[in-house]
Amino acid sequence: MSFINYSSREINCKIVYYGPGLCGKTTNLQYIYNKTNPEAKGKMISLATETERTLFFDFLPLSLGEIRGFKTRFHLYTVPGQVFYDASRKLILKGVDGVVYVGDSQLERMEANIESLENLSSNLQEQGYDLNKLPYVVQYNKRDLPNAIPLAELEEALNPTKVPSYEAVAPKGIGVFDTLKAVAKLVLTELRKGG
Amino acid sequence: MIQQLVMYEEELQQINRICETLHRDSNARAVLVIDKNGQAIASAGDVQELDVTSLSSLTAGNVAATGGIASLLAEKEFAGQFLEGEKTNYHISIVGQRVILVVLFDERSSLGLVRLRVRKAAAELTVTLEVMVRKSAAGSGQPSVFSEITDDDIDNLFND
Ligand SMILES: Nc1nc2c(ncn2[C@@H]2O[C@H](COP(=O)(O)OP(=O)(O)OP(=O)(O)O)[C@@H](O)[C@H]2O)c(=O)[nH]1
Ligand SMILES: [Mg+2]
Repeated sequence: MSFINYSSREINCKIVYYGPGLCGKTTNLQYIYNKTNPEAKGKMISLATETERTLFFDFLPLSLGEIRGFKTRFHLYTVPGQVFYDASRKLILKGVDGVVYVGDSQLERMEANIESLENLSSNLQEQGYDLNKLPYVVQYNKRDLPNAIPLAELEEALNPTKVPSYEAVAPKGIGVFDTLKAVAKLVLTELRKGG
Repeated sequence: MIQQLVMYEEELQQINRICETLHRDSNARAVLVIDKNGQAIASAGDVQELDVTSLSSLTAGNVAATGGIASLLAEKEFAGQFLEGEKTNYHISIVGQRVILVVLFDERSSLGLVRLRVRKAAAELTVTLEVMVRKSAAGSGQPSVFSEITDDDIDNLFND
């Protein structure tokens, strides 16, 4: 749920990165954090296990500049991808304005990818959202790995509705900002429609 | 699809006033009002030294997690929480099922006093929130500036 503050002239939007365990959600946020000017970002918070798996969420507040005199602020969250953290994932989806689904390009992760996508769709539904109506983009991460499967196959399995999709290598930043910009644009476009 | 919560000047002023009164009457260090999704709405007191954005997100995460626990236990919702530190105490309450009211206090105040003052502030806040929700739903009759946003406006945001 975007939050528009006419008084302080701010628009706040919530974007959630979703996807199977180890697909690279946290890495996306870390890259964005490292490449953003200090004045445009807040602290990045990671609630993680000792082995750096996301336990509850990562959080990164970003300012993207002004539109028509309104400061636009995006709150980026990641969910924990491990299957047994489903209760936490549901909580983080509350109030979401835009979703990035991060898929893992490796062949052996296809089953996990599909399961996570179905989980996203049903968790959204539970809260009265429809993935087909929400600002939504797909990222195929880990394109650098030798066992990455061809793009066309990923598209067929993970992007049946043909939303904007991006190939990525998150630790190197490839595709990371393209993905963020795409979802941010969709969120702002949705705002224009009046929600 | 997206339900927007819209904050107008009038309601923000009221919320600020409620925060300031609560801050003063409870001898608190700081008072925060946070939207359940983790966005800071208003504050009073010594907030310069606080990372309000991070506190807001973590508090909302905490409240969401506690709410999740409540529903597993078939409880409606835990009305609030109290975190006791060595120097700083953190009192959290949920108001109107929509926002979180936080009071940070030290030895100059007490839990009893904070509870008492929060109750009054929460009642006032509830009324203001109801107005806010109603206005958001109605669009308040004002033409939305956002309907005039162009593709160029959006593109310009990303010209690094
Ligand atoms: N080779 C390669 N490794 C990557 C890529 N993206 C992420 N990784 C690595 O994959 C591992 C897991 O990345 P994370 O970002 O922690 O994964 P996550 O999706 O946040 O995982 P959970 O928190 O468990 O849901 C890390 O060691 C990353 O460095 C990529 O594009 N290529
Ligand atoms: Mg993670």
